[in-house]
Amino acid sequence: MSQTIATSPSIHLGTDYIGKPTSRVDGPAKVTGAAKYAAEFNVPGLLYGYIVSSPIAKGKITKIHAEPVLTLPGVVRVFSHENVPSLAWFDRSYKDDVAPGGSPFRPLHEPKIRFSQQPVALVVADTFELARYAASVLEIEYETEAHDTDLETKRDNGYEPARGKLGWVPPPPPRGNSNDAYHNAPHQHEAEYIHLAQHSNPMEMFATTVEWLNDGQKMNIFDKTQGAYNVQSYITKVFGLSKEEARVISKYTGGGFGSGLRPQHQVFLAVLAALDLQRSVRVSLTRQQMFSLGHRPHTLQYLKLAADDNGALAAVQHAALAETSRFEDFTENVVNWSGMLYQCENVKLDYQLAEIDANSPIDMRAPGAATGSFALESAMDELAYKVGIDPLEFRLLNYADRDQNLKKPFSSKKLRECYHQGAAKFGWDKRTPKPRSMREGNWLIGYGMATGVWDATQLNASAKACFDADGRLTVSSASNDIGTGTYTIMTQIAAQTLGLPLEAVTFVLGDTNLPEAPVQGGSMTAATVGTAVQAVCRAIGEKLLKLAQQMADSPLKGANFEDVQFVNGQIRRNEDTKQSVVIRDILPAAGEAQVEAETSTLPDLLKQSHYSLHSHNAVFAEVKVDEDLGTVHVTRVVNAVAAGRILNPKTARSQVLGSVVWGISMALMEESMMDHGFGRYMNHNLAEYHIPVNADIHNIEVILVEEEDDIVNPLGVKGIGEIGLLGVAAAIANAVFHATGKRVRNLPVSIDKLV
Amino acid sequence: MSQVSHALPTRPSVSLAPTQAVTLRINGQDHLLQIAPWTTLLDALREYLDLTGTKKGCDHGQCGACTVLINGKRINSCLSLAVMQQGEEITTIEGLGTEEQLHPLQQAFIDHDAFQCGYCTPGQICSAVGLISEGRARTEDEVRELMSGNLCRCGAYTNILNAVMEVVRNELKTGS
Ligand code: FES
Ligand code: FES
Repeated sequence: MSQTIATSPSIHLGTDYIGKPTSRVDGPAKVTGAAKYAAEFNVPGLLYGYIVSSPIAKGKITKIHAEPVLTLPGVVRVFSHENVPSLAWFDRSYKDDVAPGGSPFRPLHEPKIRFSQQPVALVVADTFELARYAASVLEIEYETEAHDTDLETKRDNGYEPARGKLGWVPPPPPRGNSNDAYHNAPHQHEAEYIHLAQHSNPMEMFATTVEWLNDGQKMNIFDKTQGAYNVQSYITKVFGLSKEEARVISKYTGGGFGSGLRPQHQVFLAVLAALDLQRSVRVSLTRQQMFSLGHRPHTLQYLKLAADDNGALAAVQHAALAETSRFEDFTENVVNWSGMLYQCENVKLDYQLAEIDANSPIDMRAPGAATGSFALESAMDELAYKVGIDPLEFRLLNYADRDQNLKKPFSSKKLRECYHQGAAKFGWDKRTPKPRSMREGNWLIGYGMATGVWDATQLNASAKACFDADGRLTVSSASNDIGTGTYTIMTQIAAQTLGLPLEAVTFVLGDTNLPEAPVQGGSMTAATVGTAVQAVCRAIGEKLLKLAQQMADSPLKGANFEDVQFVNGQIRRNEDTKQSVVIRDILPAAGEAQVEAETSTLPDLLKQSHYSLHSHNAVFAEVKVDEDLGTVHVTRVVNAVAAGRILNPKTARSQVLGSVVWGISMALMEESMMDHGFGRYMNHNLAEYHIPVNADIHNIEVILVEEEDDIVNPLGVKGIGEIGLLGVAAAIANAVFHATGKRVRNLPVSIDKLV
Repeated sequence: MSQVSHALPTRPSVSLAPTQAVTLRINGQDHLLQIAPWTTLLDALREYLDLTGTKKGCDHGQCGACTVLINGKRINSCLSLAVMQQGEEITTIEGLGTEEQLHPLQQAFIDHDAFQCGYCTPGQICSAVGLISEGRARTEDEVRELMSGNLCRCGAYTNILNAVMEVVRNELKTGS
């Protein structure tokens, strides 16, 4: 069964909000411009810092001519490695919660240049215009060293990373004998799949406003981040501050997609300047400087797949070589999915890194999986053609009912339903298998499909709740809302748990003065923070029940928490719902102003340990390719997603719609082109780094497949921020092959590769 | 190894153009500013007037996040200097509606979930206001094309289209 999604204003009867399409509670603030992002806190006496970026990729700074710039009236300071005060000494102080192995980059730490566009100085002035001008005329001399930024030349220099970051799992050991199985199988396919680096480029550029508070050394740090606590822990360790001295606030984040998981250098620079000058300071990146941040790494993948005459997979070999920096081992799960998505006894997976002179990569929406799934799902399509089976049929034939990597069953897996519902809605049965067999005039038509899988994760989180005598509930946790809908779904969970109208509930996030929550990433926020919010509201409910039982002639006397329900503003007995107390009456009757609770929740690891926890999807795409010009239009996409319980179909659908746009972008447009002569991304702006515009997007349909799961977490949610992206690029590349007979294994599928 | 030098071949001159008085009429109100002549309209709004609803996504006319209306016409405010807009009627997102009294497009954006992070949203809405008053867009394809100067990295295009179409259709109904 698929859920129907209303796009009209949501009308609710009662207080059952979970699973109902609900408009964003932060919508009014966002559409009126009232929502304030990091660079928008115009505190009095603000100074502006402008970053100077290195024009060379490798070498060292030999001289910084700061004096002429400092004579400009209104220029306050030029910070560089020459004058930065001594800070924390050990690498571990610079390691944030999600740092990869190695030595994190330390801004303005030393004259050494490790990557092009590395921040080398910060010019601070009274106005933004002056800081920008002064930065443009700051003369810096460098000594260059030969750099190497080309992964293609590193095919023999790969190494297996010994250490990874949070969430990285080394490939499982080989099973069976994939070499023999491959050679003995009647149908074989091997090929290399490639994509260059890609940059997240959220619309809001990275920025920090530090508000210097005159009571002591205290600062409010308004930062663009996906994790306020992660930034606070980094800042306090690096600058030797207490938590009270460095409050990090991030109420609205203009997109993240992974780029805000780690503290970025603007927050370091803004805090450095504020501490030194004892003033409020703002530092914003330019769009060009956004390309100095981490990126999805340039990755080369080699796939070998074999099948028998019936289409059963005989062997899977998937090897990846990804770039990393010279100072950190950035790792992501690229190949592991190929050992679990299909049933196969003979599997060998390899993952290697090679160092280049660039900044460390960083997670970018569905990190690793987006890369791996493109290669695996393209290769599956190619092998299906060799065996002579329909690509959907081929996947159903090799459906995995157990996770063979972990040797465990799935906690739930409604991928079959995704295939069936998606294919039916798309009209897959109208596809004629032969390439170039479908056309409309000059348009070659192609149908392609692919599959995706992503982790369902829950981490530890805390939440606080306060219910007051006038019937208002405030729930808080230092999570984030990067556009994912956190504000809204947490409000829904809280309102339903306590049977309150949505309007009576406020959810607060993005502030280190609130209970701790992990970074917003990995599609784990709904499960992680949602569980904490539900638990803390239950704790409030228990307190309210106790007080209600003390009311004169209380109909709830003697009832346990399990015997009652919180619905429509009342606590009612389950067996006789007329026996009820109005929740708003409880505190006034008890003479209390408010009740409070704080709770921490953690995953039930024991229960989870017997299962493999994942979300799945099936994507079907239609492309039209102009036979003469090679232009590709993605005219239809159907994305069927099984991601556990859907808390809010309205915002969940938007997440998947956005993911499809990302998939179209990855398939047809995105690439950060490195000029190896300069060691720099040459298309570092939004005119030349292509992403879709409105006219590029046509019909997208989202199916949220019903999936129940009481193992992943109490709410049964798996998260939906990344799963929708998986399979999209491969489905489009497969559709392009079906349309044109041309197989493009080197993303993006651009015109020059088709004509 | 070689020596390279960044920035100007000669030392920078230390002379700066003086600031000047500029009067801007924004959302029906006059504002007097003392700013450097090279201050963009976008920075004047965000940094000097605390009208931060207008967003900066590139500062180069490549994204549309900074879209405002000048005498009802949409422009990228990062590509205009503030001094060039003296005497013009400037409308920003703050001038279209308030949280209590939303403009029909603002309401439509909420109803259709036409945004995620919300950062491109004020620009999209201002652009849609300009588009509708241009009277050129009637069909979905036209709206898609004529809203293509406003990037949305969250990929909310489908819902943006639906929100704008709802208002376009209403306008066509009542206008004709
Ligand atoms: S900020 Fe003006 S177009 Fe991007
Ligand atoms: S809503 Fe995030 S960029 Fe458009």
